[in-house]
Amino acid sequence: MTGSDYVLEAEGLTKQFRGFYAVNGVNLKVRRGSIHALIGPNGAGKTTVFNLLTKFLDPTSGRILYNGEDITRSGSAAIARKGMVRSFQISAVFPQLTTLENVRVALQQPTGLTHKFWKAEKVLDSMNEQAMGLLEAVGLQDFARVHAGELPYGRKRSLEIATTLALDPEFMLLDEPTAGMAHEDVSRISALIKRVSKDRTILLVEHNLSVVSDLSDTITVLQRGEILVEGDYETLTNNPDVREAYMGTGHA
Amino acid sequence: MTAAKENTQTMSTGQKISNALSDRRVHLAGFGVGILLIAIAPYLGLYPIYLMKLLCFALFAFAFNLLLGFVGLLSFGHAAFFGMASYISAHTIKVWGFTPELGVAAGTLVACVLGLAFGSLAIRQRGIYFAMITLALAQMVYFFALQAPFTHGEDGIQGVPRGELFGFIDLSQTMNLYYFVMAVFILGFFIIYRAIHSPFGQILKAVRENESRVTSLGYNVTALKVGAFTLSATITGLAGATKAVVFQSATLTDVHWSMSGEVVLMTLLGGMGTVLGPLFGAGIIVTLQDYLAGMGSWVTVITGTIFVVCVLTFRRGVVGELTRMLRIHS
Ligand SMILES: Nc1ncnc2c1ncn2[C@@H]1O[C@H](COP(=O)(O)OP(=O)(O)O)[C@@H](O)[C@H]1O
Ligand SMILES: [Mg+2]
Repeated sequence: MTGSDYVLEAEGLTKQFRGFYAVNGVNLKVRRGSIHALIGPNGAGKTTVFNLLTKFLDPTSGRILYNGEDITRSGSAAIARKGMVRSFQISAVFPQLTTLENVRVALQQPTGLTHKFWKAEKVLDSMNEQAMGLLEAVGLQDFARVHAGELPYGRKRSLEIATTLALDPEFMLLDEPTAGMAHEDVSRISALIKRVSKDRTILLVEHNLSVVSDLSDTITVLQRGEILVEGDYETLTNNPDVREAYMGTGHA
Repeated sequence: MTAAKENTQTMSTGQKISNALSDRRVHLAGFGVGILLIAIAPYLGLYPIYLMKLLCFALFAFAFNLLLGFVGLLSFGHAAFFGMASYISAHTIKVWGFTPELGVAAGTLVACVLGLAFGSLAIRQRGIYFAMITLALAQMVYFFALQAPFTHGEDGIQGVPRGELFGFIDLSQTMNLYYFVMAVFILGFFIIYRAIHSPFGQILKAVRENESRVTSLGYNVTALKVGAFTLSATITGLAGATKAVVFQSATLTDVHWSMSGEVVLMTLLGGMGTVLGPLFGAGIIVTLQDYLAGMGSWVTVITGTIFVVCVLTFRRGVVGELTRMLRIHS
């Protein structure tokens, strides 16, 4: 019942900031191969859960298992190398590198080239084709040589997804990938997430409920750091607590 | 987003590719001209000793800029590597009878080890705390240099023989020494230039721009930074060790905290994060010091004033502002 069914299992995950519980006793299981959405009002603790799972924050208490392995004490970089890669809510690109170079930063990681300070950066050109493929997947092929800092906001988010995908992660955590995007960008990203979910697991924080209902197999609703309810979209829309706590607040 | 906007961005894509290509060619041409200029500078009426001092400090500033400009780390303890390497080089040549190249290598090696140790201790600190820890560690090296017998305290190591390079090139001939220093400078410069433009340098730039993102992509950022710190310390050592051969001495000045401050000044004046900025910064400071040598402590006041004026009027440094102006006009 462990390992094989669930990519991720968090037990009693808790984070306290100066006496305030941002995340409190969260038990979260993410089924292998599924798209699992984490929703909830602003300040519910969704980003903090991401930070805990990827060890950008140390949990006050609780346990995290990734593929059955206890990663509660692992470092962020080590977790990424195991195949669990996150994106950030606040756009995280490398502004002074080109769009192509941004993706190559990720492609370079598994190659073992990184410590080679005596090699010319031309060796990285061998990744250009793969990087272009990833840029095409998110519709950025025409911007390959543009500095990432010059991209409009929505395209920065697309670039971030391309960079995350470049690691071909088994488990991908996306923090509000469509926030601030224009409508047509939202549908492109939503379609992209669906497409790349074929051979991986995705945990998604998302405010856009039509995206959530479109994509998610399972939805967990977080409120004030605690899980309010979990289920598929159908179950949730019929749940009076959810209606009041979440959908009633005008997010729909 | 409108179609028109997409169009301008696509156009600038083509432009950027040609820019990148010409960049590489411009760099190569620039290096050729630069090497030629350094080679003939003594015949243009510039004093070799002044030029050699300039080359040593420029190399020091290049090494420092690798850290400040390309990783975003402000070390305030680089005098430790510069000064310690100069002591080791002076001591091994004078007392142990090393040939100059071996003495310089020994000094550089010690700076490398010291850099690895200091880097590992300091790197987890951020911003001003990082600067403070490096300063504290460097002060320990200063007190070591003040107390250890082989450094001769206030007197320093004096009268270091220039000796014979590889055992047969007489470095007491000024021009031989000059071309030796030039070779060291070019070697050090190319190591740094290559490091900046390597797969390693690429990730350093990414770290400078978004450290968490680099971590989230699976990189051990701490190890990368320690690597960059060690490389910077090593080249700093190369510069300090060579300076000891040029001036035939090693003194407390080289290991004093004000030396750490001087290299910050050079880098900021010239333009941090630009490849050639440190050379100009070092040029300005070394020239000023030479011209104002007779004015005693006024030198500090004047360089300080110039620094403040520069920071207020052109923040990107000399080279940074020049490139910006060229970009605007092209
Ligand atoms: N580093 C931190 N220090 C103190 N409080 C924090 C920190 N990070 C998040 N919080 C608080 O924790 C709560 C949850 O934040 P967050 O996880 O960002 O919510 P969400 O992503 O669901 O909008 C908020 O009240 C926020 O202010
Ligand atoms: Mg959030």
